[in-house]
Amino acid sequence: MKRKTAYMGVFLAFALILSYVESLIPFYFGVPGIKLGLTNLIIVILLYELGVKEALCISILRIILAGFLFGNMFSILYSLAGGLCSFCMMCLLKKCGLFHIVTVSVCGGITHNMAQLALASLIVENYGVFFYAPALLLSGVLTGFLIGVLAAEIEKRVERFFRETVRK
Amino acid sequence: MRKLGKRDVMLMMVLLFFCFAAFLIRKLAGGTEGAYVLVTVDGEIFGEYPLCEEREIPIKIAGETVNRLKIGGGAADMIWADCPDKLCVRQKPVSKENETIVCLPHRVVITVEGAAENGFDSIAR
Repeated sequence: MKRKTAYMGVFLAFALILSYVESLIPFYFGVPGIKLGLTNLIIVILLYELGVKEALCISILRIILAGFLFGNMFSILYSLAGGLCSFCMMCLLKKCGLFHIVTVSVCGGITHNMAQLALASLIVENYGVFFYAPALLLSGVLTGFLIGVLAAEIEKRVERFFRETVRK
Repeated sequence: MRKLGKRDVMLMMVLLFFCFAAFLIRKLAGGTEGAYVLVTVDGEIFGEYPLCEEREIPIKIAGETVNRLKIGGGAADMIWADCPDKLCVRQKPVSKENETIVCLPHRVVITVEGAAENGFDSIAR
């Protein structure tokens, strides 16, 4: 148990590093809000290897800390909306057990973008922001796929580490 | 870990199909050159400006200029913002119907409107 707590700290630090790396990458395609979602990599792996509670905990803490470090109150709000909705979606899809980790990540990516778009339209009180919906949908699928493939490959390799070291 | 199954491929295909359907709907709904831009702040109309004239509009919230919108050559472009992320400034100029520039921190939305509604609106106002 003690060991797991320590590892959770390491994973949180790792997620924060990924947030930082992502904030450094100039990743811009003419539509605001499109990003790689690198941190989702660690959230997906934790969801599969450690469990729902642990992954959710890291996800929320990561969003709040990264918001204070690299963003502002607004970015925290948007990240939380996207992060929580996509987490719920991935959790449900994983629970039902019908889909592959890549598919779960793709659905998470889409849900993340759509939740942020819905929140944006509520905040600006204008449906005009849905003009970006198609681009955000597609980017959710593509980045979700990329992150999913990476997560599947990494998970294969760290499975033993989780089983023998972290979960003890 | 098992391989990608038929179900996964099917679901992803459906999702991709939805993406392209969304692009298509947007293409069908817009596409024509707009006549004027509608600027809203916090859901309320700030102003309407025809796209045909050249001008620069300071968008003010509580007397302070937060964004600058430049209209010229039939397009509108956000050229300045006082927020740190500058996402709205990096967006391309908009000219076609329903195209939008959003400044989330200030809740400013700029939408290009078509000519059809313009006639009615200019009479109504």
